[in-house]
Amino acid sequence: MSDQTSGKAVPTRMERFWDSDLWWSFKSHKSAVGAAIVLLLVIITAFLAPVLSPQNPYDLAALELWNAELPPIWMEGGQMPFLLGTDVQGRDILSGILYGTRISIIIGIASVAVSLVVGIGLGLMAGYYGGWIDNVLMRIGDVLLSIPIVLVAILVSSVAQQFLPPAFREVGVAAVLVLAIAMYSWVQYARVVRAQTMVERRKEYVMASRLVGTPARRLMVKHILPNTLTPIFVAATLNFGLAILIEATLSFLGVGMPPNQPSLGTLIRVGNQYLFSGSWWIVLFPSIQLCILVVAVNMLGDWLRDALNPKLR
Amino acid sequence: MLAFIIKRLANAVFVMLSVTFLAFVIFRFVGDPVDQMLNEQATQEQRDDLRERLGLDKPFLVQFTTFVGRAATGDFGISFRNQRDVLDMIAERFPATFELVLVATFISLIVGVPMGVITAIKRQSWYAETMQFTSIIGISLPSFVVGIGLILVFSVWLGWFPAFGRGDTVDLGWWTTGLLSHSGRMSIVLPALSLSLFQITLVMRLVRAEMLEVLRSDFIKFARARGIPARSIHFRHALRNCLMPVVTMTAMQIGGLIAFALVTETVFQWPGMGLLFIQAVTFVDVPIMAAYLCIVALIFVVLNAIVDMTYAVIDPRLRGAEK
Repeated sequence: MSDQTSGKAVPTRMERFWDSDLWWSFKSHKSAVGAAIVLLLVIITAFLAPVLSPQNPYDLAALELWNAELPPIWMEGGQMPFLLGTDVQGRDILSGILYGTRISIIIGIASVAVSLVVGIGLGLMAGYYGGWIDNVLMRIGDVLLSIPIVLVAILVSSVAQQFLPPAFREVGVAAVLVLAIAMYSWVQYARVVRAQTMVERRKEYVMASRLVGTPARRLMVKHILPNTLTPIFVAATLNFGLAILIEATLSFLGVGMPPNQPSLGTLIRVGNQYLFSGSWWIVLFPSIQLCILVVAVNMLGDWLRDALNPKLR
Repeated sequence: MLAFIIKRLANAVFVMLSVTFLAFVIFRFVGDPVDQMLNEQATQEQRDDLRERLGLDKPFLVQFTTFVGRAATGDFGISFRNQRDVLDMIAERFPATFELVLVATFISLIVGVPMGVITAIKRQSWYAETMQFTSIIGISLPSFVVGIGLILVFSVWLGWFPAFGRGDTVDLGWWTTGLLSHSGRMSIVLPALSLSLFQITLVMRLVRAEMLEVLRSDFIKFARARGIPARSIHFRHALRNCLMPVVTMTAMQIGGLIAFALVTETVFQWPGMGLLFIQAVTFVDVPIMAAYLCIVALIFVVLNAIVDMTYAVIDPRLRGAEK
């Protein structure tokens, strides 16, 4: 972050960003721009759900049974304000989707955050200290990666839910899901950070700051970590998409979010039961929303991986 | 070479031991087996008696070794819910899962390889770019959503294929197959398609990347200079050099597919091991959960170990890489 004192005015952070290669590459990729816009829309509408949605889907008093299984508005029998129709309890599908997306996104972000903190922390330690710490951590990682991920997540989530005291159910289930997903994905970050740390550790600037007595923790976080962040950034974006997918899969299988706090996966699970009764909209619209969300995240991640890869420039 | 193989085997054994440990912890601590096997009127004496017979009064480590010993001989106990031998139940369901995975792998190869070749040799054409673009979507789509979509379109709306079950099966004595009956073949189409979609995109992307690499190499340039027709260069010379990684990846993915099939099996109510497992999870039928975990992990680990070792035999450079 050293600003050269040349004749020109020092550019601010924002100015440097607008002028960067990354922004340039973003502007010239139509799919990346499109994905970013869609993703922003999805996130904003999800977090404005209480304002935007015509109905509070959790408020049982707002549900009217004579509104049950209404088709979408453009079909015969569709009614305002139920734009995308209603489910068997008279719950507005659109409102359910907005609230459900919010839950899916929060769990996705939380699990990426947890696995980032754990993965970076353990990766730095393994790479910096080496020795038995390194050995133990990497072996644990190997074991985790050699079991199929869905299986681990299902087991952890279903077993942990057995132990939740009833008072904790509401928050507890989401927390368990976050941990079940993070338990797997920290390994990836830890490996990347570890490999990079082992390279950086031997460089002169690290030697120099060790000589002046910088404490190990400060050295790792302030000096080594910034040099390992680029690949982490890409992995985190792609893992965000993966986390949303795994959460949806678990909820679909019945070991994720419960029906009174539905994520997109739960909505699809519930709607799936009415697939053959002709009420296809109950399952179709949440599915479409889930696909849009994950595809947008993955397209951004795909672009980011190419844009930050110096070999492809 | 021998050192590499031994190291790889030791690694596989270590992973299996850890998985068995996980299975054992679940087995031992989710609910008290004694409570599940006796009714509520049982006296303390009966409880202690059963506890002793099951070996639950022994130290943790002794219990774990017994568990591993039994698991190694295929004895996973009796299902809490069905009161039947767990291994028998899983063995009964195995053919369904395996056939599904096999057909899905087959589909992914016959669709994915040509698509990969086309996207590599006609890189700039609109259809190659469309395929490349749809492959991102293919990787992102959740497998259960794909399954539901297929059911909605091809079963509910068009009525072409059955939406659930396995159709009629033929019993071969040691194996039950659905591939020999018409309804069985019709039933496998949708589940196999939905399971293979992700595979197709993986194969396609891998073949494309490998082809691009090979097409740049000298022997291809030489072949072109000799005037060999483009078709023959692409499919006979270039593609052949790409197939090795495709084969390895396919082999490695089979283990993952067997595990992942549980999602597809749930969507299509396909009577395989995965469906058995999911039902066991709902009823907390712990012996089945533990056994399924061990068996799927075993398939996964063994396949990976075999692939790694074959690689080391074929490509000597890898032997040194593992330090």
